[in-house]
Amino acid sequence: MTRLAPRDETELAEALRAANASGAPLKLTGAGSKTQLGRPATGEELSLAALEGVTLYEPEELVISARAGTPLAEIEALLEAHGQHLAFEPMDYGPLLGLAFGQGTIGGLVAVGGGGPRRIKAGALRDHLLGFRCVTGRGEIVKSGGRVMKNVTGYDLSKLVAGSHGTLAALTEVTFKALPKPETEQTLLLTGLCEETSLAALRAASGSPYEPSGLALLPRLTAPLRLDVNAAAIRLEGPAISVARRLDDLRALLAGRGGDFEILPQAESAALWRALRDAAPVAGQPGQAWRVSVAPSDGHALVAGLREAGASLLAHFYDWAGGLVWLCFEPAPDAHAALLRTVIGRLGGHATLIRASAEVRAAVDVFQPQPPALAALTRRVKESFDPAHILERGRLRAEF
Amino acid sequence: MTLLMPAPEPEILSRRDELLARLRAILPAQSVIADETARRAYDCDAFTMYRALPLVVALPETVAQVQAIMALAQEMNVKIVPRGAGTSLSGGSMPLEDGILLGLSKFNRILEIDYENRCARVQPGVQNLAISKAVEAEGFYYAPDPSSQIACSIGGNVAENAGGVHCLKYGLTTNNILGLEVVLMGGEIVRLGGKHLDSELYDLMGLMTGSEGLLGVVTEITVRILRKPPAARGLLLGFSSVEPGARCVGAIISRGIIPGGLEMMDKATIDAVERFQPCGYPDDAAALVIVELDGTAAEVDLLVGVVEQIARAEGATTTKVSTSEAERLQFWAGRKNAFPAVSCIGPDYLCMDGTIPRGKLPEVLTGMEALAREHGLRVANVFHAGDGNLHPLILYDASIDGDIARAEALGADILRLCVAVGGVLTGEHGVGVEKRDLMGEMFNEVDLAQQMRVKCAFDPAGRLNPGKVFPTLRRCAEMGAMHVVAGAMPFPDLPRF
Repeated sequence: MTRLAPRDETELAEALRAANASGAPLKLTGAGSKTQLGRPATGEELSLAALEGVTLYEPEELVISARAGTPLAEIEALLEAHGQHLAFEPMDYGPLLGLAFGQGTIGGLVAVGGGGPRRIKAGALRDHLLGFRCVTGRGEIVKSGGRVMKNVTGYDLSKLVAGSHGTLAALTEVTFKALPKPETEQTLLLTGLCEETSLAALRAASGSPYEPSGLALLPRLTAPLRLDVNAAAIRLEGPAISVARRLDDLRALLAGRGGDFEILPQAESAALWRALRDAAPVAGQPGQAWRVSVAPSDGHALVAGLREAGASLLAHFYDWAGGLVWLCFEPAPDAHAALLRTVIGRLGGHATLIRASAEVRAAVDVFQPQPPALAALTRRVKESFDPAHILERGRLRAEF
Repeated sequence: MTLLMPAPEPEILSRRDELLARLRAILPAQSVIADETARRAYDCDAFTMYRALPLVVALPETVAQVQAIMALAQEMNVKIVPRGAGTSLSGGSMPLEDGILLGLSKFNRILEIDYENRCARVQPGVQNLAISKAVEAEGFYYAPDPSSQIACSIGGNVAENAGGVHCLKYGLTTNNILGLEVVLMGGEIVRLGGKHLDSELYDLMGLMTGSEGLLGVVTEITVRILRKPPAARGLLLGFSSVEPGARCVGAIISRGIIPGGLEMMDKATIDAVERFQPCGYPDDAAALVIVELDGTAAEVDLLVGVVEQIARAEGATTTKVSTSEAERLQFWAGRKNAFPAVSCIGPDYLCMDGTIPRGKLPEVLTGMEALAREHGLRVANVFHAGDGNLHPLILYDASIDGDIARAEALGADILRLCVAVGGVLTGEHGVGVEKRDLMGEMFNEVDLAQQMRVKCAFDPAGRLNPGKVFPTLRRCAEMGAMHVVAGAMPFPDLPRF
C-alpha cells in the first residue's frame, strides 16, 4: 500500500481534491496511536506527520498554536517549562490500547476530543480549542475561530471538529488555550463505604464550594491503589494554603457519612490522577472496554442495572462524580452492546466502545446510535464538509 | 441607510392573509400579532439603528406550536426570525418584512432544578438572571452574566454565545450548557446532550451555540449551575495611562492568576461614570483596572496581596482593596453603569465588540484614537481586559446629519484594526447584521462558503433568519452542497433537499 505523506497544507489540499474527485477514501494518521479508536475505517493511509511544529506560543496571552502533526509530548513539555498545561487533562490511550505512553499528535488529540478527570472543573478539549486550519473533504483550505480567548465571529466550527475523528477535515493547525498549572495538589480519600454511598459523597463534594478538580471512585482491589475497600478520591488543586484549608472543610462536610479519611500528598495524588486519566483500573484487564457518560446521579444505577442483568464485568470505575463510567467486560461477539444500550436507553447518556477487536468494532455500533432526525442531520453536517465521504469512511458509522 | 437586507419577496407578501389564517389555526388569537401598531413594538432589537416591520409576530407557548409554525414556514416557504428578549446588540433578531418574527417570550418557565447533578432545565424565554435567582438560596448561580442579564433571555444567550465579566475564569455560554432541545426548519426535533457531559459524535450543541438563530429554534436548555465561591474581594487600581494598566493585567495573568473578573476603563469612561453617578473612582487616574478574586477566603486573601504587589510594581497610582461586600460592589458600580453613563455624554453611542491579543492593547488604543480623530468622533473605552475583549463606545449624535454613517465607518475601521493585529470582529455580541459586511475582513470566500454549507445542512431553503451573519446570500445548491462523483450521487438512498 502506498502511503501519502503531503509535506505541507498545499500538498495536502491537492491530495484531498484528487480523492474527492475520484471518491477514493483516505485514512488520516499522525503518530498512528489512535487507529484502534472508532470503527475500522477503509482507505489508503495519509500521514499528516510532516505538518509539524509549534507555530505560536505566547504564555502571557495563554495561547499556543501548533501544526497538527506536532507530537503532544513536545507541546506538553513546552507548556510545562512555562508552568502551563492543557487544562482539560488529555487522556493517553496508550496503556489502554496496549501501546507505549506519550505517543500521539496534537491533531490526533483534537480528532478524538474528550477530557480527563479535570473535565468537571476545567471543561473538555472542545472548551479549549480556540481555532484551527484544515483541509476539508472537498480539498479546500478553511480556517475557523482565532487565537483570542473570546470569539463569536461565525459558527464555532472548533466544536464540530473536536471529537469528529477526522471525518470532516484533515486538520493542519490548531490553537489552544494554555492555562497556568495549579501550584499544588492533594487528594482526599474516603474509604470503606459502599459504591452508592461513596458516589453520594462525591456528588456532595461536587456541589460544595471547595472546587474539587477530580471526583473518582475506585472499587475495591482496583488499580492503581488496589485497596481492599472502595475509595472515593477527591482532588484539590491550587495554592498550598488554599488546598490545606479546603481539605479541612471537605473533611468536615463529609464527616458523619462513615468511612475513613486518608490524604495523598502531591506526588501520590499526581500519580493517582494520571492513572485514572488513562483509565488504569480497566486498562490492566484483558476485556472489552467502554466509556459511558451519564448524569452523575445515574452512574451507580448504570452499573447496578448491568449487574442485575447478569453482565460479566471484569472491572469498572467512576470518574466525574459518577458521570463517567469505565466498564471492562468479558469479551463477547457484540461486546455486550445490546445490554449496555438498553440500560443507557432508560437513563439517558451515551456509551462508546473504546477497546475491542477490529471485527467486533466493525460489527457493533461503536458510538451511541442516534434517533432518525439527529442521525440524518449528523450525516448532512458530515456531507457539508466531505460530500464524497472520502475521510475516514466507516469510522463513525457503517454507512459513513 | 447603508444596510441591505434581502428584498421582501412579493410572492410571500401576497400570501399574508393565508399565512395569518393558518397561524391562527396553530395559536390562540392573541398570540398572532398582525396589527401594524402592535407589530411596531417588535421592529428592532437593542441594535436600534435599523428597523423593519415584521410580516407577523407569532408567540407560541408550547413546543408543539413551534414545530407547527416551523412546518408551516417550510411548507409556505416563509422566512422565520427567532427572537428572545430582543436585547441583541448586533441586530440578530432584526425582523424581516416578509418573515414571521417568532417570539419565544412565553417560554418562560424553569422546568427543573437538579442540584444533585448541578444543572437546571429551563425554557428559552427565561431571563438570564432569573436562573441565578432561582438557585441562589442553595448557594448556586449560573456563571455567564452579560451586562443585559436583567433583561436578556437564556435562549438569546445560547443563540449569541453570550459572555459577561466572568468569562475568563468561568467561560461563555457554550462552556456552561449541557443540553439543548432544538426544533429544525420543517418542525423536526433534535435533543442534543442532556444532564451528562460531552456529545455523541459531532458536537452539534456546540455548533448551535452562537449560531445566531440561523440553524434552528432552541426550545429547552439544560444549563450547568455552579456553587458560589465563598469569598470574593475586589481591587481598584488606578494608573496614569493605559499602558501600565495593560502591563499590570498581563503581569497578573503571567503569575498564573486567573481572576474572576478583570476589567479596565479609560479616562473618557471614568469621567462619564463619575458624572453619571459618583462612585469614588480616583480623579487622577487615566485608566482604571478592576480585579475581582474569588474562591476560598484563604486563597483570596493570599492572591489579593500578590495582585497588590504586582500593581505597585507596575506603577499603580491608586490601589484600593475592598474590605466589605458593599465596597466590592461599589468598585463595580461604575463599570456596570458605564454604558448608560456614556450615553449621557453621547448622546448616542455605538458599542463595538472586537477581541484582540491582550498584548496589543496599547497599540490598538493608540490606533483607535487616531482613527477617531480622522472621523471627527470621540470614543470611550471599556474592556474585558483579561480576555482582550474591547468595547469601544463610539459617541455620536443621531440628530446630526451624517453622524450615523461616520460612527459606522469608524466602527468598521476599529474592527479592521482588531483583525489586523490578530483579533476578531466580535467577542460576545455576535455578527448579526451589524458586522455582517465585515466578515470578509476575517474570512475568505472559501472559509465563508464552508460555514454557509453547514447552514445548508440545517436549513437548505435558507428560510431561517436570512440576511444575518453572511455578507452574501447564496443558494445551497449553488455552493455544491450536493456532490456528484462520476455522474452518480454517493449514497443515492439518502433523501436530498
